[in-house]
Amino acid sequence: MFESLSARLQGVAERLRGTARITEADLDASLREIRLALLEADVNFKVVKGFVARVRERAVGGDLLSGLNPGQQIVKIVHDELVAVLGGERHRLNLATKPAVVMLVGLQGSGKTTTAAKLAVRVRREGRKPLLVAADVYRPAAVDQLVQLGDQIGAEVHTRPVGTPALEVARSGLEVARQRGIDVMILDTAGRLHVDDAMMDELVRISGAVMPSETLLVVDAMTGQESVRVAEAFHAKLPVTGLVLTKMDGDARGGAALSIRSATGLPVAFLGTGERTDGLEPFHPDRLAQRILGMGDILSFVERVQENIDTAEAERTAQRMMENRFTLEDFRSQLHQIKNVGPIGELIGMIPGAGQMAGAAQEAVDSGQMKRIEAIIDSMTPEERRRPDLIKASRRRRIALGSGTSTAEVNRLLKQFVEMQKMMKMLSGGKVPRLGGGLGALLGR
Amino acid sequence: MFRDDAPAPTTIARPQRDPTGMGLRARPSGLGARLRSILGAGTPATEATWDEVEEALIAADVGATTTLEIVDAARERCRRESGGSGEDARRALAAEIRDRLVRVRSGQFELGPAPSVILFVGVNGTGKTTTIAKLAARLKGEGRTLVLAAADTFRAAAVEQLRIWGEQVGVPVVAQRAGADPGAVAFDAVAAAESRGLDAVLVDTAGRLQNKQQLMAELAKIRRVIERRLPGQPRHVLLVLDATTGQNGILQAEAFSREAGVTGIVLTKLDGTAKGGVALAAADRLGVPILFVGVGEEIDALAPFDPEAFVEWLLSE
Repeated sequence: MFESLSARLQGVAERLRGTARITEADLDASLREIRLALLEADVNFKVVKGFVARVRERAVGGDLLSGLNPGQQIVKIVHDELVAVLGGERHRLNLATKPAVVMLVGLQGSGKTTTAAKLAVRVRREGRKPLLVAADVYRPAAVDQLVQLGDQIGAEVHTRPVGTPALEVARSGLEVARQRGIDVMILDTAGRLHVDDAMMDELVRISGAVMPSETLLVVDAMTGQESVRVAEAFHAKLPVTGLVLTKMDGDARGGAALSIRSATGLPVAFLGTGERTDGLEPFHPDRLAQRILGMGDILSFVERVQENIDTAEAERTAQRMMENRFTLEDFRSQLHQIKNVGPIGELIGMIPGAGQMAGAAQEAVDSGQMKRIEAIIDSMTPEERRRPDLIKASRRRRIALGSGTSTAEVNRLLKQFVEMQKMMKMLSGGKVPRLGGGLGALLGR
Repeated sequence: MFRDDAPAPTTIARPQRDPTGMGLRARPSGLGARLRSILGAGTPATEATWDEVEEALIAADVGATTTLEIVDAARERCRRESGGSGEDARRALAAEIRDRLVRVRSGQFELGPAPSVILFVGVNGTGKTTTIAKLAARLKGEGRTLVLAAADTFRAAAVEQLRIWGEQVGVPVVAQRAGADPGAVAFDAVAAAESRGLDAVLVDTAGRLQNKQQLMAELAKIRRVIERRLPGQPRHVLLVLDATTGQNGILQAEAFSREAGVTGIVLTKLDGTAKGGVALAAADRLGVPILFVGVGEEIDALAPFDPEAFVEWLLSE
């Protein structure tokens, strides 16, 4: 329903194509579009005012670049300004002390408990020992939730009996962390409203007792105009060091990050994506800028794939594709690899312009289609996987029976596989379809 | 499995706050104060005044599109019906917002003949489980018999959370193990309600982001399962919307309406400084009423939505 900032800007760019320079009227119209788009992206209206004023200044004051038409220049100015506000370097956690204490604070339902588990996974991945401390003593079953998540990821969770005050849970957690040689203690706290003085005072006391080296404010990416007031209130009472922007796998543009950063100067440390415990990504200002612009996030995509794909295996497969020796066995190994990378819809959503495809692909995975395909391939003999042309009617029946599918499904898979081989022949011939383009190309990315 | 046993306290109470009435008049701030200064009684309303009204509504998360519509209509109304003073403008604006809320029957919740199935839907962390507990307490207080269905089988400890609430409120909870099919849980609860002749079934579901199509399809399936068991049900599908949510709330309302047939909105966490203006936009856009507001964490902190009070809260101190 909402036109993204990039779509609006593209409109501006097209309108201004062919004009040699930007007139006052052009600029006003462009800035109005930018203002509306930022408001729709939930950037705080005061922040929008300042932002638009700065864009106007830079557009009027020159900053002219050769090779760009006026429309492109406005797009570039907006992009650069977004990146400038969001901050240059990403925030790296200071975890030098042992144990280092990371305290998570925020409104109810922003995702603190899930983020705590995700942080623990990250700490462990770096070869360090985390301790989760369950100091949300108010929400029913919040402690159970953290204990279950701890079980899932194999991290220790410190809890105290029901009725223990949060301050006491935190204090005893720190003691345990010291005794056990814990590297990083991750303190989950109860969600609270920034205007709830009694609850905010509790946080201040906890913070004073455990002296966190990092206090992360967990903010829902869907937060509206209130984000600034919320961040300011937490920041005023606590030594907040950074933000975690959660639910970034949704379709909110995350304007809250821009608002909070502008208003408080707090850096974004991480982005939370998805409910899986590995869904925590380091923050890259230019990528979030592109998201606010509505341009997708190709770099995160590439990175995620790189992290999870067995490169040697991928290269072997690629080699086989090029040589046109791709078999059903290779296909199966590809399916496995895709699964390792994570929810496919989330991945495809990172590709600029591929938003709509994401759902369809994810559906194929979740409807169990992928599992059925695997079952079919698993029911073949190695010989059949290498030479599918061997598979005639009686073998098809046997495979269908063995995989619990139907001969129709086996037929469909074999047919699709032949199509795929044809496609690969084409690709290896150098006719690779290009990803991206559009505004990405416009910005020279 | 039923848990009819005596409640056991499993959490400690938060420091108490003080919800009054609908909980909305408690906090003088934001839009009310702004409008008072913008639309002072004596000064005539000018173009600049209306621009500021626009900004104030945007600051309340009403969103640019709906704000422009409301302000245009209010301005027209002001011209048609009254003079041009700031007070006239204020009245026109209040009337315009109230009319939009009343038009979609906001605040008019009827449980309907037994059994009534109420399905709760929404994105993660908006307060579905807490809202169910509050509505259960409310309905029980009215002498209704009910059962809760723990169909959020996905989030860690969500079933426990609902169970604890069920014990505190004193209503049975139908649950299966974590990871169970949510449709099956809903089915069991509906069957239980039918065989026991209960008034209502409140079905909790896992929070899901509206752009995750497979999860939305799962929700549609839960709905179908209930429909098949009891034609015409769920009678109510309540979208739980967090008042701090910005314009994404409209996308949420659209998507959940499409997949689950939303019949009403519950606006939660209205006890902060957020105005929940996006609920106004969503209700207006989709033609669904706002039925309840959540104004605190106490079990009685759920009030029927009152359009008058909401507008009053938006526009005055």
